[in-house]
Amino acid sequence: MATPVRTRDGGSALSRSASRRSRGEVPFRYASTGAGVLLLAIMAAIAVFLVVEAIPALQANEGNFFTTLTWEPNSSQSFGIAALAFGTLISATLALIMAVPVAVGVALFISHYAPRRMAGILGYVIDLLAAVPSVVYGLWGVIFLVPFMQGPSEFLNEYLGFIPLFGGDVVAGRSMLTASIVLAVMILPIIAAISREVFLQVPRMHEEAALALGATRWEVIRTAVLPFGRPGVISASMLGLGRAMGETIAVALIFPATFGISLEILTPQGNSIAANIANGFGEATPIGRGALIASGLVLFVITLLVNMGARMIIARRKEYSGAAA
Amino acid sequence: MTAIQRISAGRRFKDRFVQSLVYLSFAIAVVPLVAVLWMVIKNGLARFDMEFLTHSMRNIGAKDAGGGAYHAILGTLEQVLLASLISIPVGLLTAIYLVEYGEGTRLSRAISFFVDVMTGIPSVVSGLFILAFWILALGLPFSGLAGALALSILMMPTVVRSAEEMLRLVPNDLREASYALGVPKWRTITRIVLPTSFTGIATGVMLAIARVAGETAPLLLTVFFTDSINSDPFNGPQMGLPLYVFDQAARPTDTAIDRAWAGALTLILIVMLLNLVARLIGWWRSPARGR
Repeated sequence: MATPVRTRDGGSALSRSASRRSRGEVPFRYASTGAGVLLLAIMAAIAVFLVVEAIPALQANEGNFFTTLTWEPNSSQSFGIAALAFGTLISATLALIMAVPVAVGVALFISHYAPRRMAGILGYVIDLLAAVPSVVYGLWGVIFLVPFMQGPSEFLNEYLGFIPLFGGDVVAGRSMLTASIVLAVMILPIIAAISREVFLQVPRMHEEAALALGATRWEVIRTAVLPFGRPGVISASMLGLGRAMGETIAVALIFPATFGISLEILTPQGNSIAANIANGFGEATPIGRGALIASGLVLFVITLLVNMGARMIIARRKEYSGAAA
Repeated sequence: MTAIQRISAGRRFKDRFVQSLVYLSFAIAVVPLVAVLWMVIKNGLARFDMEFLTHSMRNIGAKDAGGGAYHAILGTLEQVLLASLISIPVGLLTAIYLVEYGEGTRLSRAISFFVDVMTGIPSVVSGLFILAFWILALGLPFSGLAGALALSILMMPTVVRSAEEMLRLVPNDLREASYALGVPKWRTITRIVLPTSFTGIATGVMLAIARVAGETAPLLLTVFFTDSINSDPFNGPQMGLPLYVFDQAARPTDTAIDRAWAGALTLILIVMLLNLVARLIGWWRSPARGR
């Protein structure tokens, strides 16, 4: 950058002034552009290095990476992502089913029901949920929620056991359901925050028009707020889904780390890609590490797709609301 | 009663019903927050003493009482500081590019999109990336620095987003007034735009720091474990407070669980303190108020 001869060859950017002070213009511009490019490079590097380090393990794999149910890269060198991917998807989906209705309720409460003056404070309270580190949720989950869930799980199994989801012979607190509840608590603030933001953007005129027609508060929400906010809620849910699938430590402490595919969410089984990485890293051999990196690559791709989908919905929404305003 | 027709009972019932559902959902959301905080405070105070804050876990056997998290607290502070030193300049410069230089270009749209996508990268994947790149490909050892690199991958997009939002709030009149006086663009940015948006950016940065301070998974894969004090973040395995909690929680003895709770309490105190500072900065004389 430091040119010995001071010239004005910086081009149009420098044409405004030839004074000494404009010397910093070009370096500053390069530095800020460079930082942006660096971020793009990091994203690319993440994909590249995960692939590069996963290849040796995948080549040594004696099972089929996509269909093998076991994960034994350290001993028999046979491992597959199937059971882990299944557990990841099921636990994240269950968490989403539990979190979205509550989160939408919370968002509506803050945007339309709570007194104006309290709304800001209540928003902070929900944000505090997001500020609690995930390992603390994990600790709470394993010490408090796991024993606590024994009773309700047995109850569900006893009386609703005819539904395959709640079936099974052995019921335990350490189950897919318990992990999903913890995940639901963790993704709730994200979904609630984005939904609230969208609900607050509903054009005042729409709401007032509904009110003028004699609508009750619920009818205003049903006819004006929810239709306007639906894409926002959907993308918020997808962001929450991505977060739930990537959540590691909390579920690593709760999942019993079994390998199998079963829809019985009350039985003592369950695992996820992220939890398996956290639990298996300590004793992994070089092949084992490569296998874990390969599973991380799968997680990266899945969350990338989910997040990109969510961002696209938001971006489309922005254009639309910009045109309407 | 009045000239306006009364709302029918069915509609009124539905309205009330939904209202109670909405109130209920807020209550449901607050229950875990209160439950977690209460348990952490109640169980954490048992071991939250001077020994815990000033001793490491060196020579503490599996079933021994005592021991502390000094090594973990030290490690977390160093790792978070390093991560901030890396990601704040990069994040801030990127935000400046997006707002001041690249507006509307294809590059800036690509960066903006991938910053959003990067926000959603699972923390464990950032740890795996540093493991694959720094430790396996480059052959460098586990260290606090490796952990800081993993944390900064999580921190950068957050810093970019919040800084970008704040820079956009700076009125264009200020920039134009500065140009009109013959001030070059970069000086306008460093002397006018950044000071104007300083409090907002500082709030966003503090929140980003608070977020990464509690991350466990990236540390697990990059700084590894140690029970001893290692004050050098560039050499050898370190400990981090979240990692400490995870490690102790996975041990089956009551004394270890007590230490885990005390560690969780310390961690929450640090994170909440950072959040509080962020809010205070935000309230303190914010020129870009309204957000």
